[in-house]
Amino acid sequence: MSQANPITNVSAIFKRELTGYFGSPVAYVFIVIFLLLAGFFTFNISHFFEMGQADLRSFFQWHPWIFLFLVPSVAMRLWAEERRLGTLELLLTLPVTLTQVILGKFLAAWIFLGISLLLTFPLIITTTYLGNPDLGAIFCGYFGSFLMAGAYLSIGIMTSSLTRSQVISFILAVVICLFFILAGFTPVTQVLSGWAPLWMTEIVSQLSFLTHFASIERGVLDFRDILYFVSVIFFMLYANAVVLENRRTS
Amino acid sequence: MIEVRKLTKYFGTKKAVDEISFVVEKGEVLGFLGPNAAGKSTTMRMVTGFIPPSGGTAVIGGSDITTDSLSARQKIGYLPENAPAYPDMTVYGFLAFCAQIRGFAGIDRKSKIEETIERCFLTTVRHQTINTLSKGYKQRVCFAQSIIHDPEYLILDEPTDGLDPNQKHEVRLMIRNMAAEKAIILSTHILDEMDAVCTRAIVIADGRIVADETPDDLRRKSSVHGAVTLAIAGGETQSIIACLKNVPGIKSVEILSSNDGNTRIRVFPENKEQSIAESLLAELIQKQYMVQSTFVEKGHLDEVFRMITTESAIEKDIPLKKAQLSERLRALPELRSQQSQKSEEI
Repeated sequence: MSQANPITNVSAIFKRELTGYFGSPVAYVFIVIFLLLAGFFTFNISHFFEMGQADLRSFFQWHPWIFLFLVPSVAMRLWAEERRLGTLELLLTLPVTLTQVILGKFLAAWIFLGISLLLTFPLIITTTYLGNPDLGAIFCGYFGSFLMAGAYLSIGIMTSSLTRSQVISFILAVVICLFFILAGFTPVTQVLSGWAPLWMTEIVSQLSFLTHFASIERGVLDFRDILYFVSVIFFMLYANAVVLENRRTS
Repeated sequence: MIEVRKLTKYFGTKKAVDEISFVVEKGEVLGFLGPNAAGKSTTMRMVTGFIPPSGGTAVIGGSDITTDSLSARQKIGYLPENAPAYPDMTVYGFLAFCAQIRGFAGIDRKSKIEETIERCFLTTVRHQTINTLSKGYKQRVCFAQSIIHDPEYLILDEPTDGLDPNQKHEVRLMIRNMAAEKAIILSTHILDEMDAVCTRAIVIADGRIVADETPDDLRRKSSVHGAVTLAIAGGETQSIIACLKNVPGIKSVEILSSNDGNTRIRVFPENKEQSIAESLLAELIQKQYMVQSTFVEKGHLDEVFRMITTESAIEKDIPLKKAQLSERLRALPELRSQQSQKSEEI
């Protein structure tokens, strides 16, 4: 019998998941809602055209809030669905390791989010047509947004492994993501700085997606911000593996 | 060879599987029987590496499922209970996915998929998505998945569940055809099925093995094994009985029914292994009775099954189950006569 290598396994699961997205209406509904929301916030709330600035900050600044609801809705089915259908038993008795399955699933969902993000390209064209934007900053914004989407996703995939119910998984993910946002949200940090020492306020706000996304959104690609998002992803995926391993035992 | 060593599983404080040990060699088809919740599926899930055992282990072709899970899983084909498959995939796509994970690539993969599709009679539905398929087809798709890599060890959890009689026949045929070069474990609660395909039967109840023998040996435990059922037209029932009692080697005679001069009688021999049919017939013919049919009972598996699975339950919690058992025992002769009627009709 031939032996499958780890890359083949990850790519088999990746392919299965990704075709699964586009084989169901969920993907198209998600993309349409994402594009509508992004457009609405950018043009109607931030007044992209009236600002007279040739950059996409008015677009990127809404991403943490749009992702808050949309990314958990993509992630909620990843494990909960497998559990409900019983295919988890099939998947975990195939000769693949848990890490390979998690990676395959995560990467597929991440690439799917990336594709949705890329579909906002008309904005870049519009901006370039209207003015002379800093394309480096725009690229940086997209990159940061993609990284942040990965962090949201890793939280969602972890909560999905906790329960059989997609609704509970979704709510849990939103709550945890909300915590990661609010820790750096200006009104919250102001309240905190009123009584807590400065170092504490600093630590809490450093935990937040907002703090780390803020500089990327401006076009500053700091290694520390990248490290932050990557470590959130790693931590959550690891937690996911631990949860699955434990739930198998009971 | 599949070697199961003292496999144990606790769910909380409840012992679901209690130190089960057995060995399955190549060429054997092991039937795994037991009432619902006896621990059949749990045992299979542990052997295939889906849930880790609380104690003990299973060794599949030299690979320990607890320490060398990956290589053990490579050697197994597994059909889980209820035959799960991804509903949004096509039959071909699903099998391609499984083949890829099983390590097949390129032309090799294609030929494996084609071969399996043909073997499992899936040619007509190959491009349909799985959620549009009927239960029988779904079952076969998942079965196809378990044999795509031609595994040495096959573990099937209720492989014919939900199939119609024709499909059941096909699946059993497939299992029998593969039996020669594989070690197969299959769980079922259909006793005919075990009779049709298994070379050996393990009965478990309350997480423990209560019987491990061939289906024929199991049947020998039946109370009616070796008995002869006769249908006689005409004649006085009492005189028939008197006549039969003359035959040597008879233990007892039971009247099953008698109306309009037609009598059905069951004769139990002294020694179950000694045939009494011939001497009975000779005696009856000599006395010029009209014997319409004779039937030598092989024994009823379901009676044996009930007997050994409820016995073990009694040992565990006596007061509750004892009442149930005595009730069952009271109903037993009745059931027996119903069954024998059936077997004669057939």
